[in-house]
Amino acid sequence: MKFSKSPVLAQAVPAWRARMVLVVLLAGFLTLLARSLYLQGFNNEFLKVKGEARYERVLEVSATRGRISDRHGEVLAVSTPVKSIWAIPEDAKLQPAQARDLAHLLELDGRELNRKLASDRDFVFVKRQISPDLAEKVAALNLPGIHEQEEYRRYYPGGEVTAHLLGFTGAEDAGQEGVELTFNKSLSGKPGSRRVIKDRRGNVVEDVESIKPPQEGKDMTLAVDDKIQYLAYSNLKQAVEQNKAKAGGIVVLDARTGEVLALANLPTYNPNNREGLIGAQLRNRALTDTFEPGSTMKPFTAALAIEKGNYRYDTLIDTAPGRMTIGNATIHDTHSNGLITVAQVIQKSSNVGAAKMALSLPPEAMWTMFDNLNFGTPLKLGFPGEVGGRLRPWKRWQAIDQATMAYGNGISVTLIQLAHAYLAFARDGDLIPLSLTRVDVPPQSGKPVFSAQTAHEVRAMLEMVVGPGGTAPRAQVPGYRVAGKTGTAHKLEGGGYVNRYVASFVGFAPASDPRLIIAVMIDEPSTGVYYGGEVAAPVFAQVMAGALRTLGIAQDAPVRPLQVANAPAAREEM
Amino acid sequence: MARLNLILLAIVVASALSAVAANHRARNFFVELEHEQTRSRQLDVEWGQLQLEQSTWANHARIEKIAREKLQMRIPLPAKVISLEAAAQ
Repeated sequence: MKFSKSPVLAQAVPAWRARMVLVVLLAGFLTLLARSLYLQGFNNEFLKVKGEARYERVLEVSATRGRISDRHGEVLAVSTPVKSIWAIPEDAKLQPAQARDLAHLLELDGRELNRKLASDRDFVFVKRQISPDLAEKVAALNLPGIHEQEEYRRYYPGGEVTAHLLGFTGAEDAGQEGVELTFNKSLSGKPGSRRVIKDRRGNVVEDVESIKPPQEGKDMTLAVDDKIQYLAYSNLKQAVEQNKAKAGGIVVLDARTGEVLALANLPTYNPNNREGLIGAQLRNRALTDTFEPGSTMKPFTAALAIEKGNYRYDTLIDTAPGRMTIGNATIHDTHSNGLITVAQVIQKSSNVGAAKMALSLPPEAMWTMFDNLNFGTPLKLGFPGEVGGRLRPWKRWQAIDQATMAYGNGISVTLIQLAHAYLAFARDGDLIPLSLTRVDVPPQSGKPVFSAQTAHEVRAMLEMVVGPGGTAPRAQVPGYRVAGKTGTAHKLEGGGYVNRYVASFVGFAPASDPRLIIAVMIDEPSTGVYYGGEVAAPVFAQVMAGALRTLGIAQDAPVRPLQVANAPAAREEM
Repeated sequence: MARLNLILLAIVVASALSAVAANHRARNFFVELEHEQTRSRQLDVEWGQLQLEQSTWANHARIEKIAREKLQMRIPLPAKVISLEAAAQ
C-alpha cells in the first residue's frame, strides 16, 4: 500500500498542531541566534582570551646595562650574560655519581652540594654567575630538579686601578658606588616586554604588539685616560708601600677642560671580587675625606695679597726671628729665614711670612677668595659622599685663625677641591667646573678668582718651589718646567694636633702653558720621612713625566742634569 | 549569467589562495627577521666579551711587566730624547 493512500492521512488533523511545531522550531532557531549573538557580540572577551592563550605569548625583552669606557674608548666596565644554576631540592634526587659530576663541574665541595640539595626550602642557588660554557655542560648532564637562569654580571677589567672611580653595581644590576651610582639612571637599561604569536613548534611567527619597548642602557665615555689612571695608581701604590703610609690619594686634571683624567685612592679593592670588603677600602678619599692642607694653601694667600695691592712678588717681608706671637698663640718657622721676598715665602714655605701677608688683608676678602675657590662647599660632581670641607664664616675669625689659615691650618679641604683650586693658577686666574665625562668643547673661560697677571706671578713663584733652594726639587720633570707647592700638615685628632702627618703636593706642568694638574696626598707616612717634598713630590714627578709623554706635550725646558734634584731640599714649615 | 558566476568564483578562489600564500610568506620573513635579531643580540654580547678579553690582555700592569722583564725595555733617559718640531700645516 502506498503511503499516500494511508488511511491515517485522511484523518483531519487540527490546524494548531502544525502551528505548534512551527513555533517550537522557530523558538529553537531564535534561541540559537540569541546565543550566538551573545557570544559574538556581548560576551566575546572571555572567548578571545581563551583563544589567545592558545597561541599568544608575552615575551620579556631584556636590556643590558651600558658600557663605561675611557676617553679613548677602552672598556672600563661591561656587562655580560652569565648563568646561575638553581635547584628545587624536592625534585633534585640525584644519584651519588650524578652529584659527584655536578660538584666536579661547578668546583663545589661534594658535601656542601649535598647540604644545599637537602635543604627544605623550595628554591636554592647551587652556584651563581658561572660562564655560559660551563652552564651548557651542566645542562648536558640533564639532571632532574636542576635549572638555570640567565643573569648579567658586570666586569671591570681595570680591577683595583679604577675601583674608586667606577664604583660597582650590586644585586639587580643597580649602581652602588662611584660613576656606576652617579650615572646609574642613564647606564641602567629597562627591560621591556612584547606580545607575540607562536606556532606549534614554538617559533615566533608574528608580532602582535610591543607592550613596553626595552630601553637599552646608554654607553658612557668618561674623561679618564686609562694610561694616566694606571700611571697614577701604580706610582701612588709604590709610594704608599715605600713610606708605609696608611692611605693615599691622587687626582689628575686637564687644566684646559677641567676633565678628571685620573683619580685613585689607596687602600683599594678589586670590584670583580668583593668578598671581605672593609669600609677603609671603599672610601673614595680624594672626594670624601677632608684634611688640613697645610702649606699648599700659601700660594692663595700670596695671590690675594698681590691682588689687593699691598704686595708685589718682590716685596720684602721680615720673617725674623722665625716666630710670631698673635694674641696668646705663637706660630713658628723651624728656622729664621730673615728678610725674604713674597716669592721666597712661597719657595721656602715660611709660616710667618704667610701669616704676615694674611693679617694685612680683611678677613672678609680672604673668606670670599676661599669661597670662590670652592672651599667649604662640595664640588657637586655627583659622587656619593662628596664633602665640602670646613670653612668657618669670617665673622667668627680671630686674628690667629686668619694667620693659621694663611698656611692651611684651621681649614679643611678634599684632595679634589685642592686640585680644582689650583686650576686658577694653571689657567689665567679663572676656575672652570670639573667633569667626569669627556668634554668635547672646552669652556673658554670660567669664574674669575684672580687676575691673569696675579696668576702668572704666582706661577713663577711655584716654579721656584721646584727649583734649587725650594722645598720640592724632587718634583722636577726633565724636559719640562714644573710649578707646584708642597704641604706637610700635622693631623688633627681629638681636637689637638698629633705627630702624625699628611704629606701632599699639588702642581702643574708645563709651566709655560699648563696642561695638567696633579694633586697627591699621602696619609701618615711612617718611615720617619714625612715631608711633602720627599714623600708626595716624587709621585707627582713620575706621574707627570709619564702623563706628559703619553699626551705628547711639547717640552718647554732644556733637559737639565738630574743632579739638581739630589741637592738638599729646603725644609718646609708646619 | 552562469558563466559570469563561474568566472567570479574562480577569481574569489584565486584571491583567497593568494591571501593564504602571502600570509605564509610574511610569517616566514618574520621568523627570519626574528632569527637575525637574535643573532645581532648574540653578536653584541660576544663583542662585549671580546672587548673584555682585549682589556684583560691589554692590562697595563701586564704590559708593563712583559715590557720590562721579558723584553728588557726601559724608558729612555731624558738626555736621549730628541724632540722634533712638527711641520706647520
